[in-house]
Amino acid sequence: MPHSARVYFFGTCLIDLIFPQAGLAAMRLLRREGLEVIFPQGQTCCGQPAYNSGYDAAARAVARQQLATFPEDYPILVPSASCAGMMKVQYPKLFAGTADEERALHLAARVHELTDYLARVLDWRRPDLGPPLKVVLHHSCSARREMGVSGAAADLLARLANLEVVEPDHAHECCGFGGTFAVKQPEISAAMAADKAAAILATGARVLVGQDCGCLLNLGGTLAYGLTAKGLTASPRTPDPQAPVVKHIAELLWERTHAP
Amino acid sequence: MNSPAREAILQRLRRRTTGGARPAPENPVRRFDWSPEERLRRFTAALTAVRGEVILVGDDWPACLFSRLQAKGATNLRYAADTALGAELVRAWPDRGAIALIPHDQPIEACRTDLFTATDASLTGCLGGIAETGTLVLWPSIQEPRLISLVPPIHAVVLEADRIRSTFHEFLIEEDWAGRGLPTNALLISGPSKSADIEQTLAYGVHGPKELLVLIREGRAATDPHRNLPRDPTAALAGALA
Amino acid sequence: MPPEFSVRVGQALDNERLRRNIRRTMDGLVAKRRQAFPDTDELTVLRRRGKLIRGQALANLPDLLLELEANCERNGIQVHWAETAAEGNALVLDLLRRQGARRVIKGKSMVSEEMGLNHYLEAQGIQAVETDLGEFILQLAGERPSHIIAPAIHKDRGEIAALFAAHFPEYPYTEDIEGLTAIARRIMREHFGQAVAGLSGVNFAIAETGTLCLVENEGNGRLCTTAPDLHIAVCGIEKVIARLDQLPPLLTLLTRSATGQPITTYVNLISGPRREGERDGPREVHLVLLDNGRSRIHRDQQLRATLRCIRCGACMNHCPVYSRLGGHAYGTVYPGPIGSVLEPQIQGLDRQGELAEASSLCGACGEVCPVRIPLPGLLRRLRAEGVGDGPDAGVPGHGSRRKVLHRLIWSLWRQAHAHPPLYWLMTRLATRLRRLLPTGLGPWARTRTPSVIAPRSLHELARAEGFAHE
Repeated sequence: MPHSARVYFFGTCLIDLIFPQAGLAAMRLLRREGLEVIFPQGQTCCGQPAYNSGYDAAARAVARQQLATFPEDYPILVPSASCAGMMKVQYPKLFAGTADEERALHLAARVHELTDYLARVLDWRRPDLGPPLKVVLHHSCSARREMGVSGAAADLLARLANLEVVEPDHAHECCGFGGTFAVKQPEISAAMAADKAAAILATGARVLVGQDCGCLLNLGGTLAYGLTAKGLTASPRTPDPQAPVVKHIAELLWERTHAP
Repeated sequence: MNSPAREAILQRLRRRTTGGARPAPENPVRRFDWSPEERLRRFTAALTAVRGEVILVGDDWPACLFSRLQAKGATNLRYAADTALGAELVRAWPDRGAIALIPHDQPIEACRTDLFTATDASLTGCLGGIAETGTLVLWPSIQEPRLISLVPPIHAVVLEADRIRSTFHEFLIEEDWAGRGLPTNALLISGPSKSADIEQTLAYGVHGPKELLVLIREGRAATDPHRNLPRDPTAALAGALA
Repeated sequence: MPPEFSVRVGQALDNERLRRNIRRTMDGLVAKRRQAFPDTDELTVLRRRGKLIRGQALANLPDLLLELEANCERNGIQVHWAETAAEGNALVLDLLRRQGARRVIKGKSMVSEEMGLNHYLEAQGIQAVETDLGEFILQLAGERPSHIIAPAIHKDRGEIAALFAAHFPEYPYTEDIEGLTAIARRIMREHFGQAVAGLSGVNFAIAETGTLCLVENEGNGRLCTTAPDLHIAVCGIEKVIARLDQLPPLLTLLTRSATGQPITTYVNLISGPRREGERDGPREVHLVLLDNGRSRIHRDQQLRATLRCIRCGACMNHCPVYSRLGGHAYGTVYPGPIGSVLEPQIQGLDRQGELAEASSLCGACGEVCPVRIPLPGLLRRLRAEGVGDGPDAGVPGHGSRRKVLHRLIWSLWRQAHAHPPLYWLMTRLATRLRRLLPTGLGPWARTRTPSVIAPRSLHELARAEGFAHE
């Protein structure tokens, strides 16, 4: 499939500060496929945290900054279905009837979630250089519902011959992150995370992989804490050594196919 | 009738003029191309899946009904006297001593106690059936009132096989319910009464009949689609019998 | 005063028995719905049609209500309008008093719950008897429904057996479901035989023919609307649909979305009281149309979607929050996603605004709604209304959830993220001072190992690796 030689990369604020390795891996993956990856230094955040909290004006102000930062007609690749969804699906609503409506629509049309672009546009295929490994794949709600890109993640992992990919029980259910929801309704969020953690542990997989760092942050923290639906499995202060390792799918794809 | 509430509500609703809204598009009517045999098969499968009983009968149906009711331990059967079906029943009923026939020909005020406490089973006709969902269509009338199909624990229905349509929508459109005018209470019955309110576990015969027995008569020529409808002088049905 | 939402949440999450009952039921209903819609293409078409039929009805609501009224009255159904729940209750009371009824038998009606009708009538000396099995059980327990379709799912058979034993000691104790059902049937038979007044809800009110459509599985609805001399139907004004032929798609969407059934055991189309010569049926049928905030919701083009709801319950069946809390924790008549959208609009954001926050916006509800109500979008909109962002669209309690601290936080967040130099400064400080920062935000860190800020941001790493910046 013909693709653009130049692409923008929108790293997301969560990856920027907490999971920069995931963003770097993604950019390396793209560069290896022959793309010129442009990372505008003026990028900050898609604005979703404020938007989901009902602070539309603040969200618009921050989103406007992104409209200005990605002006050219290149695809914008985003290593998060949640942030991609914000830009692709919500920006047109956020800017409807404003002076920035056209810019917003122009940007929204160019947004792709990373794995979707890798799988569908680049038809990414690389030999699996790693040892046999069982991983559990978590689909974020945004990937599943808003962006419809769950299939892309599963596809990409299926192309790595030495991976066994499983999904947890009640895979369709939210992990409890929901951005500010985890802070505003911590008990409900913790109950959801605990159930999901238990389901992940039950798969026996040593690695948890997903497309969204919000979920990974939530689940990784919960798994390390040792909280599952059955209660604590480890003392809270020391991370649970039995907890699966958490990786963004870009990291996994890069590690498995990159000879150091 | 005008009331302050009525005016206030309508006024608030009108404040946002939306006018000129398109009516919802027509729904395509015949969605399935099922043969009469297919319709019969689907009707039977759907109804038996929810514990309805279906038996194929001929003109000997009163005898079939008798033996079924006897097996169920019924001692009487309430039926609509002034109908063609009622006449067939009386003519061919095997043994009124074993299972008494009770004509249901009084206003509810006069037979309420008997209906609620002393009736084991009832018989009605129906307008037809719906194959897609295993449903009986009933239009209660003066001769076959509403409660007779609801109160007794066993409800038996005679359904002519050629009156089974594929879908509810077909019934509405092809028999022009809206144009003809609906009866006081048009009914769709799709099985015996049930509830899953306790632990989502099915229990039958909660308030309506515990057993629904459908006698499907095949082989009748489709002369008058409403032949099982009781003669009813009320305006709504007069045209149909013409 | 009822305990705070957070208190109720804590109680619900700690209640293992409740969580088990709810979880098991929700899993079952989710599976049943999936089995009922095996063809995703058909489902897509149906949902679109359902949205269109309900949407067009709302777009023409005042005219359709007038048409409904005219045709109902032509059929002999007397139509009354009530702006508020109080007015509705008074109307019902008046009708019952004129009938001389000391008791009214009731089919399941969420609108009557919304009106608080039973308590009102009881205070006026009239006994309201619930006849739907689930509602009957709850009436014994003195509880409200916890689900709009299966009201007693929060109870298991042991709890129900104990209730029956306490209230009906003349029957031997049993936990057998058939046995419990038989007891209920026997008790209710008496009521059905003697009642002079019956009350029901309405699933769809058909303007074209002046017809009230009621669906049910038990037969109590038919009994309540046929056996007594007086039948009162209460109905929200949004329940009207234009034409009779629009009923089949809505009916199949409703029953399959709610319980996975292709159709309910009974579908009743009531078009009037007993006619000349007929031998049973009520002598009087009355329809009470209730507003209670619906006409106000109707005014807003986006929020109007709330009124498309056909009360199937699929949203709460699929909701990860509802399936952990059950309905009572919401503290409202309508729980789950639709409740979280409807109740703040009826009662005000000042009283129920927190419900709009109790969602991770996962989207499971919107995905299954048979009439495509964009529930997550409406929840988000209500959050914006709650903090007062944007013009006042008339949602009661607009701006009532504004908190000074939050406004400050978002203001700072905005500054840091709308201006790249400030963002640079913030991330520089965060990465360089990461060891000094508090580990995790309060409630987040209570159940998670704190996350560590990276030593270098992606901005820095990208530049270091030579990725172009324009």
